[in-house]
Amino acid sequence: MSPAGASATARQAAKDAAIWAAIAFGVFIPLIGLQAVQDIRGELRLETRWPLLFSLVAVVVGISLLNSLVLAPWHERRARRAPRRNATAERLRIAFGRGFVPVAIAFVIAFPMLSLWLVGFQGSIKWIDNFGIQILIYVMLGFGLNIVVGLAGLLDLGYVAFYAVGAYSYALLAKEFGFSFFTLLPLAGMLAALWGIILGFPVLRLRGDYLAIVTLAFGEIIRLVLINWVPVTNGYAGISGIPRPTFFGIPFNASDTGFAATFGLEFSPLYRGIFLYYIILALALLTAFVTVRLRRLPIGRAWEALREDEIACRSLGIDTTATKLTAFAIGAMFGGFAGSFFAARQGFISPESFTFMESATILAIVVLGGMGSQVGVAIAAVAMIGGTELLRELDFLKSVFGREFDPTQYRMLLFGFAMVLIMIWKPRGLISTRDPSVFLKERKAVSGKLVKEGHG
Amino acid sequence: MKAAPALLEVEHLTMRFGGLVAVNDLGFTARRGEITALIGPNGAGKTTVFNCITGFYKPTEGRIAVVHGEARMWDELEPLTRRGDRKVVHSTGALFLLERMPDYLVSRQAKVARTFQNIRLFSGMTVLENLLVAQHAPLMRASGFSLFGILGLGGYARAERAALEKARHWLDLTGLIDRADEPAGALPYGAQRRLEIARSMCTDPVLLCLDEPAAGLNPRESAALNELILSIRDRHDTSVLLIEHDMSVVMEISDHVIVLDYGVKIADGSPVAVRNDQKVIAAYLGVADDEVEAAEAEVGL
Repeated sequence: MSPAGASATARQAAKDAAIWAAIAFGVFIPLIGLQAVQDIRGELRLETRWPLLFSLVAVVVGISLLNSLVLAPWHERRARRAPRRNATAERLRIAFGRGFVPVAIAFVIAFPMLSLWLVGFQGSIKWIDNFGIQILIYVMLGFGLNIVVGLAGLLDLGYVAFYAVGAYSYALLAKEFGFSFFTLLPLAGMLAALWGIILGFPVLRLRGDYLAIVTLAFGEIIRLVLINWVPVTNGYAGISGIPRPTFFGIPFNASDTGFAATFGLEFSPLYRGIFLYYIILALALLTAFVTVRLRRLPIGRAWEALREDEIACRSLGIDTTATKLTAFAIGAMFGGFAGSFFAARQGFISPESFTFMESATILAIVVLGGMGSQVGVAIAAVAMIGGTELLRELDFLKSVFGREFDPTQYRMLLFGFAMVLIMIWKPRGLISTRDPSVFLKERKAVSGKLVKEGHG
Repeated sequence: MKAAPALLEVEHLTMRFGGLVAVNDLGFTARRGEITALIGPNGAGKTTVFNCITGFYKPTEGRIAVVHGEARMWDELEPLTRRGDRKVVHSTGALFLLERMPDYLVSRQAKVARTFQNIRLFSGMTVLENLLVAQHAPLMRASGFSLFGILGLGGYARAERAALEKARHWLDLTGLIDRADEPAGALPYGAQRRLEIARSMCTDPVLLCLDEPAAGLNPRESAALNELILSIRDRHDTSVLLIEHDMSVVMEISDHVIVLDYGVKIADGSPVAVRNDQKVIAAYLGVADDEVEAAEAEVGL
């Protein structure tokens, strides 16, 4: 590079860094620079935290300089070296994708044992319940929404409604009639599917933003009904004392007929945790299996074709109404399964668990994972839900920012940062290629650039 | 020679969009085993006619009928129209009233397939997948509407093999067999046009409606397209209805030409007759009938 070019680059880099510094300064003054503190008399005083503010701005400037002086030239050089994506690398990547799934499934099956072995009996409860079960619920919800959004390309912002229908169906039917979990699970799924169709009918003609708004409203309607239909749903107070799943009729409690006593073990809530873990794991695997099979059946191809071009679908004899409704119904059914599991696991549900934030999280999992990709959705669920759980454990940051620093307050901020970074790095999601459902000679992944996101 | 039996009969077709009359009282017949071309200047209403035939538009007025099998089925036309039904199906033939059918049934039951002026492929799906989507209805039946298919029961595997075989046949004919596993969106333009035709042929149509298939093709591709369309007519028992601006295609392959101008039929006959029709020349040159000679002299014809 010529000296003139180098100095121009440096000048541009300085300019970029100055702009970033200004933005960071503006954003961080209210967020970090100012702090409201209650003094001894209980009055609020405004305190400033200049050192922390300036160190953060310095970090931003550093990142900006690093990007424009080191990373960007490097990227440019790499891009200039032409597309050297050879077939061998492509095949290796696909082979890795193939091998990843069995290894991952083996890992999640062995996970409770591993955690028992590594962190012992007491520590495992947290890992199996907070991490394992929580993540798997979202994996399952992600798989379900993936059918609607990722495959059929119908943007659904009210998916949590079906989760709620499943949860309340199980809670009410189990409490009223005393049916067991495994009887009610399919029933809750079917009820959720019915609601999926009920939602599907009015929105069939809508596309894109309009569809998103109506589904969003549908999610809110279900939540408001749950809040206000007090005689049935008990409103804000929610439903408590929901029967837990039993091990072939043996309950997981400390009584003489409980699971621990029957098998001559010492009572621990861990057994129920492990049992629930395997139930949700089985449900998630069932969802994945069904989705994989459906993708290779005409209905799955019709969903994807619908996402690509609805008019062409109709010209080929595909009933787009029925196709959309099946996508809504099957997606909703899996949401219903997850909901009834959620109710059975918590033992208590209230409308608080079914806010728009939940829909947004599930949608974020699908989008981050790469629309349509099962593996991507699973990885994104682990990252998003596991990540937010891990962010609860940021006590070590106290040694950096001082004792009064509460890391949990920054959970969502860090989480938002992570999402922005992932979307910059991988705009089409973690797995951005599409795996064809059938091939003649060779399975070639389809670049995400060609795959449409759907328009409704 | 006795004329071939009619396959498609369009009568009094009128399509109004608000105050605009896009097609006005149009009537024509497309015969079995023939290539019928629909031509006319830009904005003449050709694509609107296609959209009415294939069910994408509901015509304001008119009747569009298609017969499968025996020509005797035409006798059922009046009773069927009066009955208010959309079809009669006998063991030897069937009659469909397309203006009463939703678009997907026009393709699925009446077996009228179409392509689009601006290509509409499933660009993120592979070439082969595009052809399998076209065989949706029979595969759906074979998979027991997905119920048996999920469990791997029933004859789905056999049905899918047959579908792949048919796809392979059309890939061979369109010269796309080597690109079967590539995404449709990555194909060059000419190949995309051919794929769209192959895809609509996978629905086993009796009538294939091609909307400007030669648009944007170079002369060599255009000649290959002529071959393909002729082989569809001769070897696959499918008649063709064609909208085309490329007169070399129209004059070379069509058996029958209909000319539209401002939504009205101005000529109907053999390619030679149409080419020499004063009204057609006037419409294409954009002048009144009696000024044709002056205009021709002006442009040096």
